[in-house]
Amino acid sequence: MAQEKSMSKSRATADVLSYIGLVVLSIIWVSPIIILIIQSFTNSGNSRILGTKFTLDNYIKLFSKEEVEFHYGKWYLNTFIVAIICCIISTFFVLSVSYTMSRLRFKMRKSFMNIALILGMFPGFMSMIAIYHILKQVKLTGTLTGLVVAYTAGAGLGFYIAKGFFDTIPKAIDEAAWIDGATKWQVFTQITVPLSKPIIVYTILTSFNAAWVDFILVSYLQGDKVDKYTIAYGLYKMVDMQHITTYYNRFCAGSILVAIPLTILFICMQKFYAEGLSGAVKG
Amino acid sequence: MDDNNLQQTSSGAYKIDYEADNIFSIIKQIFEHGDLFTKLSFLIMGLSNLVRGQIVKGLIFLCSEITFFWFMFTSGFSNIANFITLGDKEPTTVIGSDGFERKIPGDKSLPMLLFGVVTFAIIVGFVILWKGNVKSAYLAQYDVERGKRPKSIIRDIKDLFDVNLHKTMLFLPLIGIIALTVSPLIFSIVIAFTNFNKSDHNGEMTLIDWVGFKNFGNVLGMSEKWGNSFWKVLLWTMAWAVFATFTTYIGGMLLAMLINRKGIKYKSIFRTMFVISVAVPQFVTLLLIAKLFAVNGPINTLLMEAGVLDEALPFFTQASWARVMVVIINVWVGVPYSMLIMTGILMNIPADLYESAKIDGANNKVMFFKITLPYMIFVTTPNLISSFIGNVNNFNVIYLLTGGAPDNPDLYYAGDTDLLVTWLYKLTKDQGLYGEASAIGILIFIISATFALVTYRRSGAYKNEEEFQ
Repeated sequence: MAQEKSMSKSRATADVLSYIGLVVLSIIWVSPIIILIIQSFTNSGNSRILGTKFTLDNYIKLFSKEEVEFHYGKWYLNTFIVAIICCIISTFFVLSVSYTMSRLRFKMRKSFMNIALILGMFPGFMSMIAIYHILKQVKLTGTLTGLVVAYTAGAGLGFYIAKGFFDTIPKAIDEAAWIDGATKWQVFTQITVPLSKPIIVYTILTSFNAAWVDFILVSYLQGDKVDKYTIAYGLYKMVDMQHITTYYNRFCAGSILVAIPLTILFICMQKFYAEGLSGAVKG
Repeated sequence: MDDNNLQQTSSGAYKIDYEADNIFSIIKQIFEHGDLFTKLSFLIMGLSNLVRGQIVKGLIFLCSEITFFWFMFTSGFSNIANFITLGDKEPTTVIGSDGFERKIPGDKSLPMLLFGVVTFAIIVGFVILWKGNVKSAYLAQYDVERGKRPKSIIRDIKDLFDVNLHKTMLFLPLIGIIALTVSPLIFSIVIAFTNFNKSDHNGEMTLIDWVGFKNFGNVLGMSEKWGNSFWKVLLWTMAWAVFATFTTYIGGMLLAMLINRKGIKYKSIFRTMFVISVAVPQFVTLLLIAKLFAVNGPINTLLMEAGVLDEALPFFTQASWARVMVVIINVWVGVPYSMLIMTGILMNIPADLYESAKIDGANNKVMFFKITLPYMIFVTTPNLISSFIGNVNNFNVIYLLTGGAPDNPDLYYAGDTDLLVTWLYKLTKDQGLYGEASAIGILIFIISATFALVTYRRSGAYKNEEEFQ
């Protein structure tokens, strides 16, 4: 009896300690985001956490017409357009390739998958300068079209997750449809696609997200064409050495405006990713 | 084109085994058994199809052959010649008859290199098309010999949505991949064997030359400063990858166990707190944290005003500080992700394992070391390896936090926290040293490919792909 009591007592202390630990850790993990929110509403500058007064100026200035160097509103629009077009094209590419790799059997299939794997192991930065020169030859550098082309062209290589999903759809369904006289195209559009909603949504969300967070390719392709930047590179530029003192709080405000939709997107992505991984036909 | 409909017949038509033999033997068989038109189709593409009534198909082949040779004679051959020499005319200035200086531009090596690569790609594409032409020429002959009508164009198009669906579905994605993934890659690999670098050419980037393996030699140590830089950066990259991988792995495991402890309430609230921190896009949080810890940033100011410090802490400005800081901040970035993965795995450990252990009198400590830990390590090993490779190439964390700083004057444009990939980025973007940068890129590829191939080949997912379906 006494032993049990001491057990439960030590259990209770462990519980309390765990709670304290979790609360402290949560604070550590959330604090940068709280700081970001606070700083977006103050005039703190880049060397203080709290400013002297609450203000909405940072948000208003982002969209002010007098601003000559940083066109936040324009960037937001650029990114939105690029992201929409990219997610349509990329999703189409990813679905075609992953379905082909999962369901259709042809001679080069295995080699294609191995080549895709090898291509993925080259560091992306290595070929970016070449992409720049290729797009320059066709006069697409410094344009949004060029950015869309660069983002979507290689999308077909990212087929692994969607292929894994298609693999879980029982082949018997396809075979039954073939026996009934359906062509492979009909099987894809009328049977596979309706069964694949989670993975399609996941693919759409990830390719939409990719255009918002990339700043590397933009830095190669857009050079000093400030009004063709997308949001991530623009925000990066706002806090470089020359601009940080003036733009720091505006950077925080701008970040908040991007972070809100992207955070929601991320949480949706999590849900569809989990659904996608658990397969199409639940056992 | 369609191999599946072939049947052995008694009419004497010879059936070619398309699946088993290699491509040369298929072509040899076609040549041996083809009639005059089929043999002529080796030279005049589409002839056999045209003769046997497949007008559209034949014309497509014929037109593409004409276009190809027109291209080759107008520019293709000169592109290849230029690719080999990479141009030899230096830009010069002459004084014209009117007394003014006139610049005569020299050869431009870079477009020559690029067009050379594109020309080779077009040749490869043509060879593939030619192969298709030969096959289709024989197939038309074969159908006629068996007394069948060769396939109409409508049937061909229908097939593209059925037995040949893979060709239709891969067509556009493949063009994209070849145009903007494969050819840039080949272009960069080729650049690794040239002396292409902006600084030597006054920013004009006109004439460049083949230099063989000199860039690789330089980077690997023939040239002292380059070699020194490469090995130092490589060493730090490996150290970083090891620390970054294991800290987030262990951190994530501990956090997952803490949250999933029996008796902890509000599990989902705690989990959400951590997930929110990673849901905010990385470039935002990393830039913010970098600015918070800057020398004149809020944290230093706060500590100094509170009287804790006399002078600012060199968070990102001193080598050892910066290295520890990036690893710590990476824990902040990476732990929530690994916590999510670990939580999933923890939930999947069969509960009866613990129950039977309890009956055998095991305490919590024993159960952790004998059940939980071995299970987690077993399940997460592939994950561990892929996150190791991910960390070798972890551009965002390093570039956004320190940008490689503090700069190290002993190294070639590299700082003390630079990884190979961030160094590569700086060399191309800021310094224009493309030759050496491409050589480094190839070396990074060799490193990650070795790691990945060894582990991937051994994984069940690769070996048993078909069995799983």
